[in-house]
Parts: sequence; C-alpha cells; structure tokens
Amino acid sequence: MPLKAKPKRIGSAKAVIDLRLYVAGQTPRSLAAISNLKRICDDHRGNRYRIEVIDLVKNPALARDHQILAIPTLVRSLPVPIRKIIGDLSDEQQVLIGLNIVEPLRKKDKKAGPAASAARSAAGRG
Amino acid sequence: MNKKKKIAEHELAPLQKARTGIAGLDEITGGGLPKGRTTIVCGGPGCGKTMLGIEFLVRGVLEFGEPGVLMAFEETPQDIATNVASLGFDIQDLANKKKMFLDYISVDPSEIQQSGDYDLEGLFIRLQNAVETVGAKRVMFDTLEALFSSFSNPAILRAEFRRLFRWLKDRGLTAIVTAERGEGKLTRQGLEEYVSDCVILLDHRINDQISARRLRIVKYRGTRHGADEYPFLIDEKGMSILPLTSLRLQHTVSNERVPSGVPDLDAMLEGKGYFRGSSILLSGTAGSGKTTLAASFADASCRRGERCLFLDFEESSNQVARNMKSVGIDLEQWSRKNLLFHESWRPTQYGIEMHLLRIHKLIEQVKPQAVIVDPISNLAKGSNDMEVHSMLMRLIDFLKNSGITAIFVNLTSGENLEATSVGISSLTDTWILLRDIELNGERNRCLYVLKSRGMAHSNQLREFMLTENGIKLVPAYIGPGGVLTGSARLSQEAKELAEERMRKQGVRMKQQDIDRKRVVLQAQIASLQSEMNAVELEAELVISQEEETDDQLKSNRDEMAKKRQAVW
Repeated sequence: MPLKAKPKRIGSAKAVIDLRLYVAGQTPRSLAAISNLKRICDDHRGNRYRIEVIDLVKNPALARDHQILAIPTLVRSLPVPIRKIIGDLSDEQQVLIGLNIVEPLRKKDKKAGPAASAARSAAGRG
Repeated sequence: MNKKKKIAEHELAPLQKARTGIAGLDEITGGGLPKGRTTIVCGGPGCGKTMLGIEFLVRGVLEFGEPGVLMAFEETPQDIATNVASLGFDIQDLANKKKMFLDYISVDPSEIQQSGDYDLEGLFIRLQNAVETVGAKRVMFDTLEALFSSFSNPAILRAEFRRLFRWLKDRGLTAIVTAERGEGKLTRQGLEEYVSDCVILLDHRINDQISARRLRIVKYRGTRHGADEYPFLIDEKGMSILPLTSLRLQHTVSNERVPSGVPDLDAMLEGKGYFRGSSILLSGTAGSGKTTLAASFADASCRRGERCLFLDFEESSNQVARNMKSVGIDLEQWSRKNLLFHESWRPTQYGIEMHLLRIHKLIEQVKPQAVIVDPISNLAKGSNDMEVHSMLMRLIDFLKNSGITAIFVNLTSGENLEATSVGISSLTDTWILLRDIELNGERNRCLYVLKSRGMAHSNQLREFMLTENGIKLVPAYIGPGGVLTGSARLSQEAKELAEERMRKQGVRMKQQDIDRKRVVLQAQIASLQSEMNAVELEAELVISQEEETDDQLKSNRDEMAKKRQAVW
C-alpha cells in the first residue's frame, strides 16, 4: 500500500504516522493485534495514522526483506527512527511508548517542534 | 508428521546419516551427521563452529547435491562469504546459483518494544521460504542463541526452539545449530536439552604456546562413534579431522621392491632394495649422511616417475636442494616436474598431533608413493616421548595402509646408537644405521643394515662415501685395531697392493729360478746323455773288437788245424 501523502511536519503529534503490522495468517493472535492496534490508534491519533497489514504467509519473502522475526510485529516506519513493537499489542502503554505517542492528543503538542520530538523520543526509548 | 510415522515404522532400520564431506569427520561419526535431525556444534569463541557448519553446507551442495540454507544471526552473509572465501568456498556464487540460501537475521534489541504475547513465526516463515526456494536438505543456524539477547522473554524462545527443532525433524532437514559453550554445561542456554541426537564439542586450547584445536563427539544417539578428542585443523582447504584410533593393523603388504637410489645399498638388500610400502628408519649421528641417503631415495623415486613427499623439519627446501647438488643429486628438477613435494616447517610450529594432521593432509593432497620425514627426532622436541611414539606409530600405520614407502630419518646422539630417541625402531621394517668412525685423526662414515624384515640382507659393515656422483659404499677393512676406514683403509689397500705386488714378484722370480734350473738340468742331462753315448760307443767298439779278435782267433785256429790236417 503506497503512502498517500507526505507528512508535513515529521515528528510532531500532528504528523501522520505510518504503521505496518506483520502477521502470519488469521491466527487469533494476529487478529487480536490488528484490532488492538486500530483501537489504540483511533483513541490516540484520530485519523493521523495509516496502517498496512502484511500477511507474511502470503508474502513470505517480505519477512526477510523487512527483518521480521517475531509475529506479530508492528513497525513504525515514519517518522524516523524506525521502531518495532512485538506482541499482540495487548499492553497499550507499551504500544504508546513504543510508538512514541505518550500524550494522547494534547493541545500543547501543536507547537512542538522537531527538537521537542527528539527529546520525547529519547525519553520514550528509555 | 508423515515422516515421523515412517521413521516409527522402520524403527529397526539403521540411523541414516548425512555425510559432511569434512575430512575425517565422516569417519569418526561412522558416516556423517544424523540425517533429518539436528546436531549441536558447541564450543568457545573462535573454535571453528561456524567453519564446521559452513563446510557442511558447502560440501553438501558441491559433493552430495544437497542444497543448504544458512540462517546467520551474528554475521552478515557478506561477512561470512568473505571469511570463508579464504578457504576456497564461494558461498555467494552458490547463492546466486540457487544452491544455497543465505538469510541474515538481524534483531536490534534497542529498537524493539514488547507488548503482549508473540511467537517467532517470522523465523519459520523465513526458514520455510528459504528451504523451498533452493530445495534445501541442510540447514545451519549460526548461532541461534543470539536470539536470547534480542528477545527478553526466554520462556517464549524456549518454546519456539522446541517447535523449531520439531519443525526441522518433521521436514527431514539435517541441521547444524551452533552454540556458545556455557559454564558447566555444553551450551550457554542449554540447547542440548531440546536437541539431543548429536552434540559435537569443539575446543581450542593452548599448550606450551602452541594452539591445538580438538573435536569431540559428546553424544550421538543410536550409533557407534569415536569418543576420543580428535585434533583438527582449519587451513586453506577447510577443516580436517584426524581419526586417531580408527587405524588398525590390516594393511596389505607388497612384494614389490623399490631401489634405494644407491646401487651399493641395493646390493646389500638382496640386490633389489626396499619393499614397497615398508617403513625404513635411517638413524645416525650428526653429519653421517642421513639426509643424503634419504634424498637419494627421493631422487630414485622421482626418476621412476613416482611422487615423493619430502617433509623437512630442519632445513629449507632450497638448502637441501643446494646441498644435494654437491653430491650429484638434482632435486630441483623433480620439484619443477611436480614429482617432488618438499615441505619444510619448524617442529615447534605445531603441537605433535597437528604435525600428524598436517602430514595426513599433505599426503592426501600429494598422493605420494614415497614419503621422507627428516628428522623424526626433531618432532620430539617440546612433547613427551609417549605422545611422539604414539603419533609416529599412527603415522607409520597410516603410511603402510596407504602403501607408501616411508623413510624416517632419526638423529641419534650419545653412546647408544642402536636406539632411537623415540623408540620406533620396532615399528619400522628396515633399519639402516649410519655411524661415524674416528680413527687415526679422521672421521669416516659407515653404514650397515641393522635389520630388514623379510629379506636376507648383508651383515657387512660398509664404508659410506659421499662422492660427487652420489653415495658409494665400499667394503670396510677389519684390521687388528678394528674397522679401517678412510685413509687407514686407503693405506691398508695400498699395503695390500704392495704386498700383492711383492708376492707376484716373488712368484715371478721363483719361476725364473725354476726355468734357469731347468735349463741347467737339461744341459746336464744332455751332457750326461752324450757321455753315455760315448761310453756306449766305446763299449760297442770294445765288443766289436773283442768279437773281431774272437773271430780272428778262431780262424787262426782253423787255419792251424787245416795246416796240421787235424780236421778236414
């Protein structure tokens, strides 16, 4: 699924995040991960996200190309740096930390520039 | 699952094995790794685990037509390809030809966040994809345990490993899993708990500053295997393991004879030389001509068009070649014709087992008909006698099994010349002793055949002379003061020559004397004869006169009677 539009302000809370979820077939764990991810994104990102679900059973070569080992794996390819979250995403807090969206939809984030985002991303990593 | 059932049905069938093609490993495992099962190769860092696995894969493709998959967790395929290129393996080429699949699994723990339950299905998908892409029969994981540092949940990993090994078994894939050696157990993460069909332990240790790699089969279910520690070597041809104890005394013997390169010596050995495939020990003191004698044999072998491997632990090949030229042996020509392979290395360069391994490898490469080891006594340095003895015993057995005529040069020193420093004389078939004899301010070389199994050899002590046309053996003189050699022999020879001349002269004189006497006697006989003739003549004269007188007297008497008319 190609990107629809380039995010204008990478790293800011308003920027669109690109997410790819790698699953293997319609296993309960995969389905759980998909629904968990959708819920978290809807709750915290509104419409500023794009999710691409990749079924490795249909596209096995992608597992190698994208260095996927654990299933399910959620990859945030934009904004950089790339982040990976493994598991069925049932732990919402970990997903938010992993995606670096700690604060849900706060107004003050409007003014947050790349520097603030970098600081946050460092904090999120720790 | 189908395969599992099949195996269950044929439970009595012997374990199938996948040959590794690694020199020696197939021998000690009795045919290779368990086919369709997973083998753990464990050991410390730098002990050759990856090498073994890659060679297993590469030889699988090249020698047994079994494509392979390499799942690398620690190094990128490019790195691995570069590393093994020095061993003559081009895995990138094999990958391009779809004979090998290289997958580098990189997991950076710093960019991974865990949220909820997961499994390693991605690994299985990648593996399956790889196996299907090349139709793999062999798989190698190097090293699976790296995942423990990437994923924080060991319980999930353990469950997934168990699943992985079952997955491999179900598909009949022969796999190698490398693992770091752990404290007190074989692998750091206890992988041997899941895979227990075959465990190979590699070890790299340093003794007296000399490194030695060793391999041991810790366990191999359902088959007989060598249980010892086997030294192995990784060199430009890959890995090779020496099965030390699998040698038995069952070599076939040859009745063919090979000339020794010294016609005079051949004359001492029934005029034919050594037996082909026999072991010859040349022992002697320093400078007694051992190397020259050995080189003569090398020269003769090459002259027959046979290959000869000259292992030198003392001199460089150039030095030997130069020195041999001075006695009329041109070894360089044979080196140029690829008949003579001269290998020199310092005895301290390797441990004793490594020497054996290297010799084995060279012999496999060169496939010589003759091998010269010069000198074996140097090998003993830095090792204990028992090790050297056992090493030489195995070397001799190996050479005999291969039907290679071998010459071992041994430097003896001290009083007891008829003893080798490492006591191998009983292992050899022919023992030629070279010794120096000091007499009249000279040092001369002497040779004798101490023993030569299976032939009526000469018991003569011979003087050994290095001439510019090679080696000459001259019968030594046994004088009142012992053996005469060198100028003493020459003077003895001169003396004998003079005596002979004298004797001949005496005979001639006597003959002349007799001739003269004969002449004299004949003259005497002639004069006596003439005297006798004179006497005889005189006697005849007398007799005839007497008869004449008688006749006269008678006629006178008749006349007188007539005149007297006494008769009528």
